[in-house]
Amino acid sequence: MRPVYLRAEMIYLDYAASAPLREEVIEAMTRCLGVDGHFANPSSDHGPGRASALLVEQARERFAALIGAKPQEIIWTSGATEANNLALLGAAEFYAGTGADGQRIAVAKTEHKSVLDPCRQLALRGWKLDWLPTDAQGLIETESFAGLLGEQTALASCMLVNNETGVIQDIPALAELAAERQVLLHVDAAQALGKLDLHCQRWNVPMMSFSAHKFGGPKGIGALYLRQRPPVKVRPLMFGGGQERGLRSGTLAVHQIVGLVRAAELAVAELERNLGHWQQLRQRLWRSLQDALPQCLLNGADERQSPHVLNVSFAGVDGEALRADLDGLAVSSGSACTSEHAEPSYVLRALGRDDALADASLRFSFGVQSTVEDIDGAAQQVIHSVRRLRALSPLWEDAA
Amino acid sequence: MIYFDHNATTPVLPEAAAAMQPWLSEHYGNPSSVHRAGRLARQAVEEAREQVAALVGAQASEVIFTSGGTEADNLALHSVGGLGARLLVGATEHAAVLEAASARAGQGLELDILPVDQNGLIAQSSLAERLRRDVPQLVSIMWANNESGVIQDIAALGDCAQRAGALMHTDAVQAAGKLPIDFAASPVDLLSLSAHKIYGPKGVGALVRKRHVGIAPMLRGGGHEGGLRAGTENLPGIVGFGAAARSARLELEQRQAHVLGLRTRLEAGLAQMPQVRLFAASVPRVANTCQFGLQGFQSEALLMAFDQRGIAVASGSACHAGSGKPTHVLLAMGYDEDTAHSAIRVSLGQQNTAAEVDRFLSELDDILRQQAPAYAAGLFAS
Repeated sequence: MRPVYLRAEMIYLDYAASAPLREEVIEAMTRCLGVDGHFANPSSDHGPGRASALLVEQARERFAALIGAKPQEIIWTSGATEANNLALLGAAEFYAGTGADGQRIAVAKTEHKSVLDPCRQLALRGWKLDWLPTDAQGLIETESFAGLLGEQTALASCMLVNNETGVIQDIPALAELAAERQVLLHVDAAQALGKLDLHCQRWNVPMMSFSAHKFGGPKGIGALYLRQRPPVKVRPLMFGGGQERGLRSGTLAVHQIVGLVRAAELAVAELERNLGHWQQLRQRLWRSLQDALPQCLLNGADERQSPHVLNVSFAGVDGEALRADLDGLAVSSGSACTSEHAEPSYVLRALGRDDALADASLRFSFGVQSTVEDIDGAAQQVIHSVRRLRALSPLWEDAA
Repeated sequence: MIYFDHNATTPVLPEAAAAMQPWLSEHYGNPSSVHRAGRLARQAVEEAREQVAALVGAQASEVIFTSGGTEADNLALHSVGGLGARLLVGATEHAAVLEAASARAGQGLELDILPVDQNGLIAQSSLAERLRRDVPQLVSIMWANNESGVIQDIAALGDCAQRAGALMHTDAVQAAGKLPIDFAASPVDLLSLSAHKIYGPKGVGALVRKRHVGIAPMLRGGGHEGGLRAGTENLPGIVGFGAAARSARLELEQRQAHVLGLRTRLEAGLAQMPQVRLFAASVPRVANTCQFGLQGFQSEALLMAFDQRGIAVASGSACHAGSGKPTHVLLAMGYDEDTAHSAIRVSLGQQNTAAEVDRFLSELDDILRQQAPAYAAGLFAS
């Protein structure tokens, strides 16, 4: 469903920040809310409670099948942030306890904050952080990855699809290298489900995080895949009623879980079609911008690129002025989670963009609902703004 | 089906579900995004924050949204740490507090369990004698108990804690919407709430925190909720929570009168049954909750019998269900295992009726006759 007010006043191309829910997802969720629905607590030992629990377990089975996992390997969380925290802090605490001196964790600077901040927290507890080098496209080279994993390295974390640039890391290769060196690899797949084929078991990934609202499910729900064989253990972050086999206490939000799984089913079933659609939109937008504007630079990869994201830096414009000028266009500069802080994207800086270019960048991200008209309208607005701002800028005259 | 398990969870109010709808469908911005869709979402979160704050007499800026009561309780227990830090926790607390406290104890904090009397109450004197002055301390005592409904004297206990320089946390998950709460005026530093106990959605709650209290966040990354709780806000959930909180505040008296009327009717009926023993009946309880034991019976068998007759009740906490163990709440109150093991908890809600209470009573009578031939034959004195 396309919201009328957005259509009239605003073009939404920020699906990587959050995506709308499809009608069937909302319907499934709504049926779990009211007095006539499946509202009972799945932990309750009565008919309605058991019916809720059955729904949750069926949802777990379906989701597991979609990501190449077993149902007992899925832990529901409140989102990818919690899943990332549980994976990293939980595994660190389980395997190293609190006295962690000398233990090392390897991570790239282009990870999401919800991976970086737990890593920094571990650093405060005595862990050593090793920064995984990335190339100009943001890809981790397998050789340097292997080289960085030493005897003391216990953990590593790599994002499958980058939230800002859409580049796709070669997780199967990295997972193999990590396994050879007995390093526990965590994969943040928040942006990945519905964007590519992923398979936890075949890829031999120990831990993988998911977020529903990035693939058309509700906000406030996600999952952590924890491999069963060989087993991966985490110390819980939240204690209490012992839900999720004691790994994540708290009443299960039945409607949220149902919404997540319904959205995941749609995203996976429509994967091929969506990829083709996004490829088209991405090429069209990139071509329009490139044709009209000199010196716009692509932030992304040539090959290993998810087509749902197009990230572009515009030379000669001030980032803040550009964003202010694009009030009718919902795009972002960097991650939504950091966009309240007026700093240029640390991800783009890690790729070698200078502060000005990193700041004067836009992330366009596409969803199932995106149309060619959205793309053309966005291109028009951006081209107009960039031209206008460049005309006003002494810097641009110097450059040109 | 008769649903008498509102302390486990409540159905979402139609007005709360309706409030959530637009935030599921037409407005899907990320509240952290700076564009218009994001700003609209942010505004909705902030309005809900005010509604939740108003329910407990707090300021909006004191509300930290979480994924529920369990997370709020766990987070509250992260407000104290350092050398010699102590946790003083009621014996009848919810598992979210007890388990989180023992996890913190595993990390080096000293844990002291506060005993309760036969009625489930913690005496001020027993708290006072356990408090010290020289170390960081957090006292955690629930406002109203989820199993027995017993209301602690939070004003006196909090006062006692604060006078000793300790922080006071209260799990008000079962008290909010059932009792008037004035956070600003209460000697309470931290207070936990859950939406799905007040006819809001599951998966959202809040920790209300006076601003002088420092907390070490559990979830990191992204700087949401003043840096204390990272993660994209559960927008529809938060809006639903706000709407439910608003209704709970406006209808508090009327709702409590309704369930109190039903409970009085229920307890009058139970008084006619010789095997029934009401727990904590002589002390203040939240109006919707009635927990009783049935001498000579076991909860599991009773629950199954009720279930077969289309009545959903509990023995104690849902989080405890299926464990086959008697509830820690009644054991802490000094009841023996058999008594604790015979408990039934009825927790009433807004859509319950007097006819349902009557039906419950007649079904209970029937179950007792069926399951206790000796009683039916008049072998026990009544």
